[in-house]
Amino acid sequence: MTTVTTPQPRPEPPAPRGTGDPFLSVRDLRVRFATEDGEVRAVDGLSFDLERGRTLGIVGESGSGKSVTNLAVLGLHDPRGTTVSGRVTLDGQELLGAPRKRLEKLRGAKMSMIFQDSLTALSPYYTVGRQIAEPYRKHTGASRHRARQRAVEMLGRVGIPQPQRRVDDFPHQFSGGMRQRAMIALALVCDPQLLIADEPTTALDVTVQAQILDLLKDLQRQTGTSIVFVTHDLGVVADVCDDVLVMYAGRCVETGTVRDILKTPEHPYSWGLLSSIPRLKAPVDVPLRPIPGSPPSLLDPPPGCPFHPRCAFRDEVAGDRCATERPQLLLTGARGSACHLDGDRKRAIFADRIRPALGRRPEAASPAAAGPEGPDADRTAEPEADRTVADEPAAEPEADQGEGNR
Amino acid sequence: MSGIAMTKAAPAGEPLLEAAGLAKHFPVLDGFLFKRRVGAVQAVDGVDFTVHAGESLGLVGESGCGKSTTGRLVTRLLEPTAGRLTYRGQDITHATRKQLAPVRTEIQMIFQDPYASLNPRRTVGEIVSGPLEIQGLLTPGARERRTRELLEIVGLNPEHYNRFPHEFSGGQRQRVGVARALSLEPKLIVADEPVSALDVSIQAQVVNLLQRLQREMGIAFLFIAHDLAVVRHFSQRVAVMYLGRIIEIGDRDAIYEHPRHPYTHALLSAVPEADPDDDGRERIRLAGDVPSPLNPPSGCRFRTRCWKAQDKCATDEPPLVRLDGDAEGHLTACHFPQEPTVADRGHDVVLDPALAALEGTEPPREPA
Repeated sequence: MTTVTTPQPRPEPPAPRGTGDPFLSVRDLRVRFATEDGEVRAVDGLSFDLERGRTLGIVGESGSGKSVTNLAVLGLHDPRGTTVSGRVTLDGQELLGAPRKRLEKLRGAKMSMIFQDSLTALSPYYTVGRQIAEPYRKHTGASRHRARQRAVEMLGRVGIPQPQRRVDDFPHQFSGGMRQRAMIALALVCDPQLLIADEPTTALDVTVQAQILDLLKDLQRQTGTSIVFVTHDLGVVADVCDDVLVMYAGRCVETGTVRDILKTPEHPYSWGLLSSIPRLKAPVDVPLRPIPGSPPSLLDPPPGCPFHPRCAFRDEVAGDRCATERPQLLLTGARGSACHLDGDRKRAIFADRIRPALGRRPEAASPAAAGPEGPDADRTAEPEADRTVADEPAAEPEADQGEGNR
Repeated sequence: MSGIAMTKAAPAGEPLLEAAGLAKHFPVLDGFLFKRRVGAVQAVDGVDFTVHAGESLGLVGESGCGKSTTGRLVTRLLEPTAGRLTYRGQDITHATRKQLAPVRTEIQMIFQDPYASLNPRRTVGEIVSGPLEIQGLLTPGARERRTRELLEIVGLNPEHYNRFPHEFSGGQRQRVGVARALSLEPKLIVADEPVSALDVSIQAQVVNLLQRLQREMGIAFLFIAHDLAVVRHFSQRVAVMYLGRIIEIGDRDAIYEHPRHPYTHALLSAVPEADPDDDGRERIRLAGDVPSPLNPPSGCRFRTRCWKAQDKCATDEPPLVRLDGDAEGHLTACHFPQEPTVADRGHDVVLDPALAALEGTEPPREPA
């Protein structure tokens, strides 16, 4: 069981963008809940595509609508009091408004989900093996015996020691990391083509998280499953995702490849997220730069850009458009952000004010950063530099206290 | 635990709090009518550390390693099973409530869950002035003035004095908890996962607030967290715990740049970094979870998950000592320490059977 592997090819970078139609396509998804206090717009006009074999990371804070999006895709939301509109197609099949029978055929077979809290997601009443075997029997019509064999095989694949014996254990007899592995086995038992993982490692310890993330990546390379990975941790995103969608107040504020979002982000909210997390390699004597304020209530989201009350750069947009006009997500290819700042200005602000504080080397000096955006960003940044020298980053000193004044 | 003394000459500032061989075992009872002791959870089993005045000592480890129990022992919310706890030269290991009263004004605590740690039926003003009232300090008028001042210090609006906790967001509640901890002008604050329940963008606000307080007021911190990056940011010295023991302790640079214990290496290697170019680190993937503290492994407790373990590890418990070539105050408990670097040295350590199987057999993916 103890193996020290010697020089070995590291996991290859994900395959470049494939051809053909997206496997999962979400268009203008809106989810609203009627509550006693009014209507909550949990998801407000979200669109994204996911190709086969790729991983899309959905990043956002609690209440940004990332989990609701996935429940709506799978049709797992409570139909009472919920209005869902838009289009969700999986491999050409429309999912929204599809009859329950058809969804039931797809769920567990073609698409499945891993939940955050494995203790509540697994039933305490049935053995782990039975819970894994059940969807397999239902979808493939296999015999009881065959399904049990399959459960043992799956448990072994996800790294449960002695699967022959552990298949008859109940969830409470497993440790947290093993339960999460069992849930992955349950989700993958029918070889689904779409896997939705909703914060699958948030409740786990960091060494176990690393095991589970690597396991998901390795299994994906073997099976070619598409994954939607919901998380709030940008480190996890950097580790597992190919593409990233940043959500704020039920909307997509920025989307692009993982390099785009983490190396040259364009939306002030993404800048804020990157600047506020402590990192192992960042200088320690520099204080973190938090985003002032707190996320808005979705009962009564701010008009215009939902981020504008917390944004340090709204003064840069003429005519206070941020407070009145909702910025559209402008896409060039698969890359875009919803912000009124124009493209050059955004790149200049990031290069002059945000990136230096991250303690990273500039893109051009980094040999590894030979991505297409590297030289491009630097070129456009230069003429802008003169303009930005004058204005001080005024928002930082009081950023620490911003949340208190409400 | 052998009583290896801490290096006294570590950082500036006199020792404020000293723990020597500190242990806490929780009995496990069984039986009908007559409860019988069938075992003990060895939550903390012999830890030695010193917190100096004005410094921040970080305590990291995975869940179940005993870091929260250590925090509760230090604040004497729990009574140690064994060992010695000294606060400014005074032995408080088994001190009574009465003896503790003056010490408790100087050691305060900030809790993890800002929802559970504030009484929902009391106003913020009552919560923050509570410690002053209990200690019988100041007149009611002066207490209110002081409370408003405290609210302002932590970045809340003093006019929120009469509001209730439910009217605040998580980050603001945590600020209320900080104001309460500050009300008695403590010399040491035990912060037990103070930011882990908060959203990413709010975490930094609270970390900065605590850092400002530490700098301006010279308060010492015992900063307990599982997030290694947060601890690195906040603490000058760091202790790594595993199954109730400190396995490595040293200043920030020693632990994060030149760690020696295999477990510290594994922890650092597992932290995901928000940088797609971050591939210069070694890759270590342990197998399984932390064993139960009910029946911890003999000898070195990490040996069951360690790739360097030999027979000696099962029989001899490694003492926490300074190894050859390590900095002053950098102590490691390991028989077969690692090289003091976290850089990738060309071979991965993959102990997880599923990962080893998946990575060992399948061919690298072809670019489509």
